[in-house]
Amino acid sequence: MTIQFNDETFRDDYSFHNSAWAIKRFPFPFHEDSYMYSVNMEQHRGGPAGSIYEKRFDVDEHYLSEMRDRAMVLADDPLRCQSLPHMTLAGWDLLELIMVSKSEDYPELFELHRDGNTWRWVNKPMGIDDTFTFLDEATLPYGPLEYITRQAQGDWCVLDQRDDNLWMDAGMVTTQADWSLDFDIGMNFFEWHAPVPLAHEKGIFVRALKFLLNIQQGSPARRLNWTMTVTPLLDTSPENYHKWGIQKTTLTPENIGQKQHLRVELQTFFRLPRSNALVFPIRAYLCSFQDLMTMPKWGRRLHRVIRDLPEELATYKGFIANRPMMLDYLSKFDDGLPTSDGIWPEFESEPPLKPSADS
Amino acid sequence: MSGAQKIAVTVTEIVPLNELVTRFKFEPTDGSLLPTFSGGAHTVVEMKDGAITRLNPYSLMSDPMDQTAYTISVRRDDVGRGGSLFMHKRVKVGDQMTISYPVNLFSLDLRAKKHLFLAGGIGITPFMAQIKQLERTNGRWELHYATRSVALGSYVDELTTKHPNETHIYYDDQEQRIDLKNLLDGQPLGTHVYVCGPKGMIDWVRKTATDEGWPREAIHYEEFLAPKSGKPFEVKLAISNKVIQVGEDESLLEAMEREGVDAPYLCRGGACGQCETDVIDYSGTFIHRDHWLEDADHKSGKKIMPCVSRFEGKTLVLDR
Ligand code: HEM
Ligand code: FES
Repeated sequence: MTIQFNDETFRDDYSFHNSAWAIKRFPFPFHEDSYMYSVNMEQHRGGPAGSIYEKRFDVDEHYLSEMRDRAMVLADDPLRCQSLPHMTLAGWDLLELIMVSKSEDYPELFELHRDGNTWRWVNKPMGIDDTFTFLDEATLPYGPLEYITRQAQGDWCVLDQRDDNLWMDAGMVTTQADWSLDFDIGMNFFEWHAPVPLAHEKGIFVRALKFLLNIQQGSPARRLNWTMTVTPLLDTSPENYHKWGIQKTTLTPENIGQKQHLRVELQTFFRLPRSNALVFPIRAYLCSFQDLMTMPKWGRRLHRVIRDLPEELATYKGFIANRPMMLDYLSKFDDGLPTSDGIWPEFESEPPLKPSADS
Repeated sequence: MSGAQKIAVTVTEIVPLNELVTRFKFEPTDGSLLPTFSGGAHTVVEMKDGAITRLNPYSLMSDPMDQTAYTISVRRDDVGRGGSLFMHKRVKVGDQMTISYPVNLFSLDLRAKKHLFLAGGIGITPFMAQIKQLERTNGRWELHYATRSVALGSYVDELTTKHPNETHIYYDDQEQRIDLKNLLDGQPLGTHVYVCGPKGMIDWVRKTATDEGWPREAIHYEEFLAPKSGKPFEVKLAISNKVIQVGEDESLLEAMEREGVDAPYLCRGGACGQCETDVIDYSGTFIHRDHWLEDADHKSGKKIMPCVSRFEGKTLVLDR
């Protein structure tokens, strides 16, 4: 299908919106009526046609506006993109992975023509047509990592693998859920995960790291993570907390359906061939509560998950104060009927909300 | 599914280098391009030897950026269980084989100011690819390569011709030895040392470097263990609900695969940790041969690495 790119913003007037298509394919992260941290990883080998799992790197209607937002964040704060000197080769690996994947998966949008080390890259939506020499930084306007991730949705952590650990030695991070590349740069897997509650005690990070160290070329993996964001702001960084933290206090029972967004990250893991580094793309998808409620299954389930979520998680994810208001809203969409397994909305088979639900 | 992704290849060249070592070249059967890789990576080669399928890891030694072909060098092991003999005696040019995607457990540390390579015998192969990688990126390196004799010195000519200043050769039969302590002392700050060769050499290098105060993360080593033959034994697999026999010339991992159990693996050489299996019950003695588990794990009787380790005794029950 051809994608209609939205003209929208993630700041100021917040004109971000999801089409009916985008709502239907939203990666709802709960496969059952409750949630706890787990080593929830699976192979990343495609998925149902049209779903966000189908392509190696999903491109959707928000592509152009997300890239505009990234350029603005970088103009204000260049440290959102960093690469330690030994990570340049990994940057080229990533550039190649994205260019090859996108030109194969979306031939109508992207083209890559390679003649030895002379490469021509055409990005039609962004109006880019550049010819450069592979592995020669002087032939690109930015380093390879920055060049390609200014043209690819989501954040990108590039991890060096050594000494049986992963090290956050490069990245492009402008759409993060309250963490900072500048703070985490050079840290290892356990160090940057230190703030996460409960998961360390459950041994989740030890097992997750073991899994990641063994991810092989040609066998990428994926998982979903989620949090909550008030107003569709992509750049919820600690550096800007003074700008977005305050918005959490503007929620009212009247505006919550439209202002409160579930923020879901599709996280994937790819081994990079030349550098043996690991790349960790974190692609954020936003959906307002009122749009989510158009799927009866999601309405029922989201209420139950938020209601029963351990306090530590609601605190860490930053919505403990607003949880009662969320539950008031969400309970209207939970009529107590059972839900089917899995994350897909099943809107054809799932029964509509019973009109008798209390309101 | 266990192991890395597979690639169908055709053998396009076989070059005997000397009495013991033969080089094999693989090209993709469908004419496509192979994945690039990083120096130090290996591939697992599948050998269909009658009813038995052997999977042996070999370091890739071709240029990591060359996507048209991979090459490996195989040293014949006359007392081994037959993997290398199969390659030497049975494989012909034109044969179709299956190999795995590259897997790297012996990667360069790209932060290093200089890479000091120590090779023993067939342990030269991963360095062949690492040297090609560093030459492309202007990396600084030096090689010290010990081999039994002039006749058995695989790739000595190529290395000394192309890199006369970086290459140093030591012949065992001429009583030439690497002066390791002095060599390590003379290295600039930020040097990383890499060793690949027989177990004795690896232990010697690791110990000497550690004693000289080298940080653990600056010492890299790779030793592929081939599974060793041993007495047959019986294993109960609790999850699969099977009792299986491990024969004299097969590994525990191979026996599980023969019985249709999808057991995880990657390196098949005791190095990656992927096959780690919990022991539920046992009465007997473990013959641990892996590099993965800590000594305490070996002594605990609670874990085994089925790719290389064996068991002697009455009962062994595994959580698989
Ligand atoms: C190498 C890849 C990974 C990177 C770069 C990464 C990075 C991060 C970062 C920066 C945070 C935020 C920590 C903070 O509060 O400052 C985080 C949170 C977290 N990570 Fe990872 N992570 C990776 C892989 C994983 C994996 C494989 C798991 C598997 C279980 C995992 C589980 C979590 C969890 C549970 C949280 C808390 C998230 C929340 O509740 O919103 N991470 N990660
Ligand atoms: S398969 Fe790698 S340690 Fe056993």
